[in-house]
Amino acid sequence: MSLEAHRCAEGHLTYPAHPRCPTCGEPQVETVDLTERTATVVTWTVSTATPPGVREPNPLAIVEFEVDGQPVRAIGGLTTDRVETGDEVRPVYVETLRDPDAGIRAAESQSWDGYRFEPV
Amino acid sequence: MDRVAIIGASMTRFGRRDAWIRDLLAEAGTACLEAAGVAAADLDHLYVSNMASGEFEGQTGVMNALAHDLGALGAYTQRVDQTSASGGAGLYAAWQSVASGASELTLLVGGEKMTHVSTAEATDVIASLTHPVEYKHGVTLPSFAGLTARAYLEAYDAPRESLAKVAVKNHRNGVDNPHAQFRKAVDLETVMSSPVIADPLRLYDFCPITDGSAALLLCPESVAAERADDYVVVTGVAGATDTHVVHERADPTTMMGVVRSSRRAYDMAGRGPDDVDVAELHDMFTILEFLQSEDLGFFEKGAGWRAVEDGVTDRDGELPINTSGGLKSKGHPLGASGVAQVYELYQQLTGNAGPRQVDAEVGLACNVGGFGNCVTTTILEAAA
Repeated sequence: MSLEAHRCAEGHLTYPAHPRCPTCGEPQVETVDLTERTATVVTWTVSTATPPGVREPNPLAIVEFEVDGQPVRAIGGLTTDRVETGDEVRPVYVETLRDPDAGIRAAESQSWDGYRFEPV
Repeated sequence: MDRVAIIGASMTRFGRRDAWIRDLLAEAGTACLEAAGVAAADLDHLYVSNMASGEFEGQTGVMNALAHDLGALGAYTQRVDQTSASGGAGLYAAWQSVASGASELTLLVGGEKMTHVSTAEATDVIASLTHPVEYKHGVTLPSFAGLTARAYLEAYDAPRESLAKVAVKNHRNGVDNPHAQFRKAVDLETVMSSPVIADPLRLYDFCPITDGSAALLLCPESVAAERADDYVVVTGVAGATDTHVVHERADPTTMMGVVRSSRRAYDMAGRGPDDVDVAELHDMFTILEFLQSEDLGFFEKGAGWRAVEDGVTDRDGELPINTSGGLKSKGHPLGASGVAQVYELYQQLTGNAGPRQVDAEVGLACNVGGFGNCVTTTILEAAA
């Protein structure tokens, strides 16, 4: 599993990928690996009313990476609830983010591994 | 052009109900037709606003079940799903059916049956609208609200108490609504000391899980003048989308679906935010009332919280918001909510809102689906 931003020929970046760039409608042609970069916490919460198969409490954040001077954001769990807006975080791989068989979504329809964010 | 009128409105009691989806829809539909003195057999189109009857109850095809149960056999039917904004989207579809000339009499019924599943299961059904990269992290609609509330409080230096005051206001309004799930006032301390659900938001920042249904009857204004003593006119209605993936928005405190749909509705009605006398906003979470009141143009960006602090949006304020009690106290049966917003405005604009009555000629309803993924704005005016 990867954590990649996707770039169209016009240079617009998104995470996750889209079949066409939401900004200009061009296909996305390049990927940028984000796993070795750090990001800044834009906002965060700690969710305590979680759905079946999700850890409780579940700290979550929207974080912002900078790629060649351009911002690209991602959402993900946090490894701790001790975080503040503006903190620097790095991606940490987690094999199973939630129990694929406990929720309403078809388990085989998507991936369940990914990256949580840990304060640097 | 003949304008589109609403000549009847009804809603069931919202709350924990024994009735299942078919019964709830039939209860509101029957009451609406009876209130308007219209026979079901005369309906040309029948729309049902509903997000997830299949997921919640294992009952699909609810629009055709309703046609049979009401005695509207022969009518064209359609189920409208815009998640939480299904009610507003249903009104837009119903409006289109009459405005286009395809239907001379359209019944819209919105409903949802939710309380028979656990809170965790209901949260998961609703969270299934998220993108896979959100869903796999256990992101829920309440957690989006927590993320957004923190961004808002930090960006505009708003006190946490200002969010609690939305809950206090809407609960106070709900006391006078006989259909509301909670008819109980709450004080600031109760809200501020309730359990944390999605930090910084607490239990009383969230609407409950609810069963219920609401209905509206639409026809051309020329027909309304013959059939009804009281009616209101849909002078503006529009919808718009925002990003599906919530973190891809440049400003987490702005809902572009609200901005775009309201601009279109204002243009259509020849009205602006200053013309609105009363509004029903989608306060699924207290923070959403701030975002909408700003993105609709009622207040400057970052100033919505001050309006609540200053009592501007109280029932006796300059711009009453959520006189019904809002989703917060009335309850939020997903597909019914947008229809019930318009039910409240119909009562206000026809002078039948009882103890909730305010002085109003122009009303606005804003119905938000997903976490702002899709939004409809409707402007209603009293018949001239």
